[in-house]
Amino acid sequence: MKFVDEFRDPALGRAAAGEILSLLEPGRHYKLMEVCGGHTHSIYRYGVDDLLPANVELVHGPGCPVCVLPMGRIDDGLAIAEQPGVIFTCFGDMMRVPGSRGSLLDARAAGADVRMVYSPLDALRIAEHNPQREVVFFAIGFETTAPSTALTLKRARADGVRNFSCMCSHVTIVPPLRALLESPDLRLDGFIGPGHVSTVVGARPFEFIPAEYGKPVVIAGFEPLDVLQAITMILAQLAEGRCEVENQYRRVVPYEGNPRALEVLGEVFELRPHFEWRGLGFISHSGLKLCEAYADLDAEVRFSVPGVRVADPKACQCGEVLKGVIKPWECKVFGTACTPDRPIGTCMVSSEGACAAYYNFGRFAREREVV
Amino acid sequence: MTAEQASVSEREQKILGIIETARAKRAKFGDPHVTMAHGAGGKATQNMIEGLFVPAFGGRLAQLADAGELDIDGVTLALSTDAYVVKPLRFPGGSIGELAVNGTVNDLAVSGARARALSISLVLEEGLAAEQLRAETDAIASAAAAAGVQVIAGDTKVVERTRAEGMYICSTGLGRRDPRATLSPASLVPGDRILLSGSIGEHGMAIMLARGEFELAAAIESDTRSLWPAVDGLLGAAGKDLHCMRDATRGGVASVLNELARASSVAMYVRESAVPVKPAVAAAAEILGLDPLYVANEGKLLAFVAPHAAEDALAALRTVAGGEQAAEIGEVRGQPPGMVLLETGFGGRRVLDQLVGDPLPRIC
Repeated sequence: MKFVDEFRDPALGRAAAGEILSLLEPGRHYKLMEVCGGHTHSIYRYGVDDLLPANVELVHGPGCPVCVLPMGRIDDGLAIAEQPGVIFTCFGDMMRVPGSRGSLLDARAAGADVRMVYSPLDALRIAEHNPQREVVFFAIGFETTAPSTALTLKRARADGVRNFSCMCSHVTIVPPLRALLESPDLRLDGFIGPGHVSTVVGARPFEFIPAEYGKPVVIAGFEPLDVLQAITMILAQLAEGRCEVENQYRRVVPYEGNPRALEVLGEVFELRPHFEWRGLGFISHSGLKLCEAYADLDAEVRFSVPGVRVADPKACQCGEVLKGVIKPWECKVFGTACTPDRPIGTCMVSSEGACAAYYNFGRFAREREVV
Repeated sequence: MTAEQASVSEREQKILGIIETARAKRAKFGDPHVTMAHGAGGKATQNMIEGLFVPAFGGRLAQLADAGELDIDGVTLALSTDAYVVKPLRFPGGSIGELAVNGTVNDLAVSGARARALSISLVLEEGLAAEQLRAETDAIASAAAAAGVQVIAGDTKVVERTRAEGMYICSTGLGRRDPRATLSPASLVPGDRILLSGSIGEHGMAIMLARGEFELAAAIESDTRSLWPAVDGLLGAAGKDLHCMRDATRGGVASVLNELARASSVAMYVRESAVPVKPAVAAAAEILGLDPLYVANEGKLLAFVAPHAAEDALAALRTVAGGEQAAEIGEVRGQPPGMVLLETGFGGRRVLDQLVGDPLPRIC
């Protein structure tokens, strides 16, 4: 595939890996966080971490919008999905995430009409085809997917679709990063910045990271070579004593973002005073809700939801894993109470989460060290 | 090494031990409902089969092969059965009737048996157009003729409107085991070469696109075909050096490799760059966020062959229609047992894991 294969060239990959080696300070251990779940996926899919020296460690960040939703939020979704006459729509990977009493897949098996969609517009189309049913879209994601939800709500308003509503669980990227950086026990040397989010918000919102916390940020694309190049750029900053926001993904990300998308977000959404994150707790101004003008399309207004907070189990240490303070196996419940089949915390929910990856592949990783 | 480091690594060892024990535990079917994941061919399916069916039926079923074998008066017969649930009934490259014949013929073929007879049961939905029924009957007849197998028994049931997606088909095949090789996962040994009979992902992708849910069009046709000619060629070229075969249907190549690695406590090492994928399939998979290694095929097999016979076996595969792109994609290794490792096209290595379930609509 043109414009794709070039970024997956193994020879260029080896060259980038060689450049990384040349930038390392002997004996120093580097911990870099890839913020976005999409990067975690690329790193996993292409075996990028296998090309890195043992003292460059990648820490999976809080940027998987599916994993970070707390149990109470899923319970609210289940409560709506189980109401008679409702067609509940969501993205595919949302369906497996457990609430306190099962997942949306379980609800579907028990009789709820839960459907997978690839785009919020698909959900709106389902509403138009089923005028006698209430169709609810479970909107999740960072600033990346929020504009498409916003446009869908505008379209629903313009077309007068009355049986469509949206349960908004959109989140914003900066507050959880700030929460991580505020943590006194944080051990990270730099950040691989989220490429897709940045296509919307631009690079400027990340300038506080070098300015206030002294950590380099490189916004990166999602091909394996993008990730390796971003790591090279972070290590070069560290080696040269620089600390700034750099944009590796310039072919897609404008420094100022996408002003039209930001405008639509402002029209449809407003910030919640606070929003709960699985593993990270409540974070101020980190979630979006529909603003007053769109309240009639808000599923949380239209339906009664329990809105009960389900506390993360006390023993769960996802927060520490995310901050890089402990390794997955050092968590008290890892491998015993918390397993991929019955996950407790965010890091075990997705197969790409740090804990699930370690649970499944840890043994392989150990043998690799010997190689 | 300091005392603290030593105790930390001891703790890690202990945790890894706990995980190993949990993994080795017998599969349990503990779910309150059947979900779509139980039909997806991944971990949930495995728990259902090994935790519910095997304990109940025991005996030969415990071998979990594509076909069961039975000796009757000195003749080894192979029996296989399958249910076909496909939406839409017709898709580029094939239809449900053709699948119902080829799927069962192939399950027998990769067990080393040529299909001789089929039974076909039809579950028809009230309101199904007679034209469609006629078309599928023709499809069954011509696929059976092409595979050289006779339909000798059948049954029909009609269910009320909305109780079936047009039609479901169950087919059962009977064959006689070919004496040229003894095929079993237990025969896999480190060093065996892994052969793939052609390009992957075409059936699953053709079905997904034919559903029209993605507003995506591509010239991709299902690869449904009888695998007996390929198997016949392999048996002729490699004989006893052919150790095991599987057709890579639901869950794709990755799922078959995981199943076998687990069943025979070996590791599989696969080179992604050696796996043939047609450009249209690769592009569609890219857009939909799928990995072709997990996408279903209906006319591709994996063969495990002793290293000295691999070259001849591969040449035999390539002479069969549909096998032109056959390739050696990797090898069986001893360590780590039960795992499938992939050398990615980019050059890194990773575990090619078993699917937990399938969030996408069922495809076969």
